[in-house]
Amino acid sequence: MDFELMLRIYPFFLEAAWVTIQLSILTTILGLICGTLGAAARLSRFATLRFTGAAYVSIIRGTPALIQLFILYFGGPQVGIQLDAFEAGVIGLGVNIGAYMTETMRGAIISVDKGQREAARTLGMSQFQAFRRVILPQALRLMIRPLGVNINALIKGTALVAAISVVELTYTAQRYIGSTYKPFEMFLLSGVLYMVIIYVTGKGIAYLDQKVRLQ
Amino acid sequence: MTDQSPFVDIRHAQKSFGTLEVLKDISLQVQQGEIVAIIGPSGSGKSTLLRAINDLDPLTGGEVWLEDMQVNKALPHRQYEAHINKVRQQIGMVFQHFNLFPHLTVRGNITLAPRMLKGLSAEEADKLAEEQLAHVGLSDRIDYYPSQLSGGQKQRVAIARALAMQPKVMLFDEATSALDPELVEEVNLVMKRLAEAHMTMIIVTHEMGFAESVCDRVLFMDEGVVVEEGPPSVIFHNPQNERTRNFLRKHLADNNG
Repeated sequence: MDFELMLRIYPFFLEAAWVTIQLSILTTILGLICGTLGAAARLSRFATLRFTGAAYVSIIRGTPALIQLFILYFGGPQVGIQLDAFEAGVIGLGVNIGAYMTETMRGAIISVDKGQREAARTLGMSQFQAFRRVILPQALRLMIRPLGVNINALIKGTALVAAISVVELTYTAQRYIGSTYKPFEMFLLSGVLYMVIIYVTGKGIAYLDQKVRLQ
Repeated sequence: MTDQSPFVDIRHAQKSFGTLEVLKDISLQVQQGEIVAIIGPSGSGKSTLLRAINDLDPLTGGEVWLEDMQVNKALPHRQYEAHINKVRQQIGMVFQHFNLFPHLTVRGNITLAPRMLKGLSAEEADKLAEEQLAHVGLSDRIDYYPSQLSGGQKQRVAIARALAMQPKVMLFDEATSALDPELVEEVNLVMKRLAEAHMTMIIVTHEMGFAESVCDRVLFMDEGVVVEEGPPSVIFHNPQNERTRNFLRKHLADNNG
């Protein structure tokens, strides 16, 4: 193994890692927005919204994320959607992970004991008041860990945008393989950096979970 | 106590789930200050009847009135919501499994609804919480979380939470059924004190001794109908109906091992 090469080349990978981090953060934010809207739709009183939410989830989860990215990036211009690779990456991955987050959030909300809602309603709270002050605070605590699992998957999923030429960790590894002919070292470098990002994120989520956990 | 128009008035209550009839034309009038126990085997519809009073389990037929207000009014969704939230503020309910809010302290549990719904300031609500906790003997637990309390303490907090809304009626849905036997008495004591303060109470219970010592009237329900009703002395010691006798005999046998 060529350690000397790895030492020489790693600063370029750090730059690429920063792109991966930016992708991950923006995708997480978009994913949480889509997930919140999706979960709200799935739990709505209105059948049309429930159907829309369910359709979103099953379409996204029923097709490969790579195909979704390709449709958005390569197919988009055909229907008037012009995005650069990074934008397409964030939107594609965000909408994708949002479908998984929809189910995570919905699951957390419906797993709050139904007696909680009953107690709140019995006191005279409206549906919305009961949700905001009683159900949601408990659901938020329940969803941190599983959302962490979604975020973990999302970070690794950012590797897919290499296929639409976003210069992130995976793309960078492929690019330097072209000039060094050392795929083992290059992929190892990017792999290690993915692991660092995921490790730190995981710790952060575990800390958050610990902070808000109910005794 | 001289007002003879019923305080809680259930008229021809019917409830069915599909083809299963849970309540078959039940009527029940409760006077102000009266304490009524509903007993009966599980599946008899007694909890369903109780939960119809605040429309938690809406009836499929019949009417529920609280004083001059119909609880289960047929209204468009939004109007119904506004209406039922007002009504429910006047009907306290205590559940078998307490249903305390685990993310809030005892103080938070008691003050949440009065602050949100009655516009009490933090200080006013705090004072209210302290008063209510004093009534149930838990003043020293005000800053505890529900998970730090015993079952009996939880239920007493749940009663305090309901009372903090100053309800006109209290509904108890098997309030002591989930408790360890040694914790039942402390909850019964709180309920007894409420009875002495002439709170109107409707109590679904399996505690025949408690029902006898506290209640003015007992209803025995089976298969969705009121089989027999009367003063506790009659229902427990001289029941007229064969089904009541069988139920009480079995219940006694079960509880004496």
